[in-house]
Amino acid sequence: MPDEVIPSSLPDAQPASRFSWGRVLVWAFLGGLLLLLFFGLLRAQGTNVRIGKPAPDFTLTTYDGQVIQLSALRGKVVLINFWASWCKPCEDEAEELEAAWRYFQPRGDVLFLGIAWTDTEEKSLAYLQRFGITYPNGADMGTRISQLYRITGVPETYLVDRQGNLVYIKISPFLSTQEIIDVITPYLEQ
Amino acid sequence: MCAHEADLEGTVNRTSSLFVWMLFFALLLLPISAMAQEATPYVPSDDEVNAIAKDMYCPVCENTPLDVCPTQACEEWRQLIREQLAQGWSEEQIKQFFVERYGARVLSAPPPRGINWLVYVMPPLAFIAGVLILVRAMRAWKAGTGAGTPSAVEELPAEEAHDEYLRRVEEELKKL
Repeated sequence: MPDEVIPSSLPDAQPASRFSWGRVLVWAFLGGLLLLLFFGLLRAQGTNVRIGKPAPDFTLTTYDGQVIQLSALRGKVVLINFWASWCKPCEDEAEELEAAWRYFQPRGDVLFLGIAWTDTEEKSLAYLQRFGITYPNGADMGTRISQLYRITGVPETYLVDRQGNLVYIKISPFLSTQEIIDVITPYLEQ
Repeated sequence: MCAHEADLEGTVNRTSSLFVWMLFFALLLLPISAMAQEATPYVPSDDEVNAIAKDMYCPVCENTPLDVCPTQACEEWRQLIREQLAQGWSEEQIKQFFVERYGARVLSAPPPRGINWLVYVMPPLAFIAGVLILVRAMRAWKAGTGAGTPSAVEELPAEEAHDEYLRRVEEELKKL
């Protein structure tokens, strides 16, 4: 029995692979592209917004011109609230947040920061005035802060402890002032 | 001077006085009319607003162009575009304002910067690569056809080719 059944009239098979600079370049290009995509995805998932992890640092310029950097607030408990003037659930918690802020403000070791998300400045200022909000608020310029925190909508609230770690996330409005007070109080004792 | 002449002179005086008054009022009204024209604000039409809004997306409503998005947030953005157009802003200035405030993702096409270049470079490169591969494949196929490779069999009449294969298969089977 013959070892191979190859028709004699068929031409000799071509070598499986031939070295060619063109091929090398194409594969190198494709490899580079894949690497680029890999690192892009890695960077996109780089921020680790998780309870117990350091809160992503940001700088907020408030509507009255203050520049506030989160990392400079170590030693304070910071409540970060994302909102928008067009957001109805934000309206539900606006007064509760202001009441809670007035409750904690005299202590000096709690800070509330309001961040207006995809809002127009005129509407944001009208909203702040309407609800008598006095804690620092500013626009999320370039939606950089909301991207850092990977918010999924508004309202969303994040609590940062004295060490700068994220300790609480709420993806819905607060229902009462007492709820906000209860969330913050345990971290004041640490 | 007779009474008739005096009357005529009086009439001429009154007429010229009336003319002077009319001129005075006309001159008085001219700047008011000009001011009224200036005070009428230019209100850009919906079409002018949408011509810019169609190339933009609000981050809240993904995949819905700003010109057709029904949400309040998008309505406010369109109003902002209208105000900026009324102030004489150009399309570029308006888009730049939105990018600074809300990020580059408000644009339907990413600005050609950094890694975004790939979006613009890759499709033509892929097209060129595809054309090259196709040309090479066709050349190889043509060359193969001419050199009497198995594909040459395809040029034989169908029945003949079939018989040739049958003959070869039978030959090989006999060897077994």
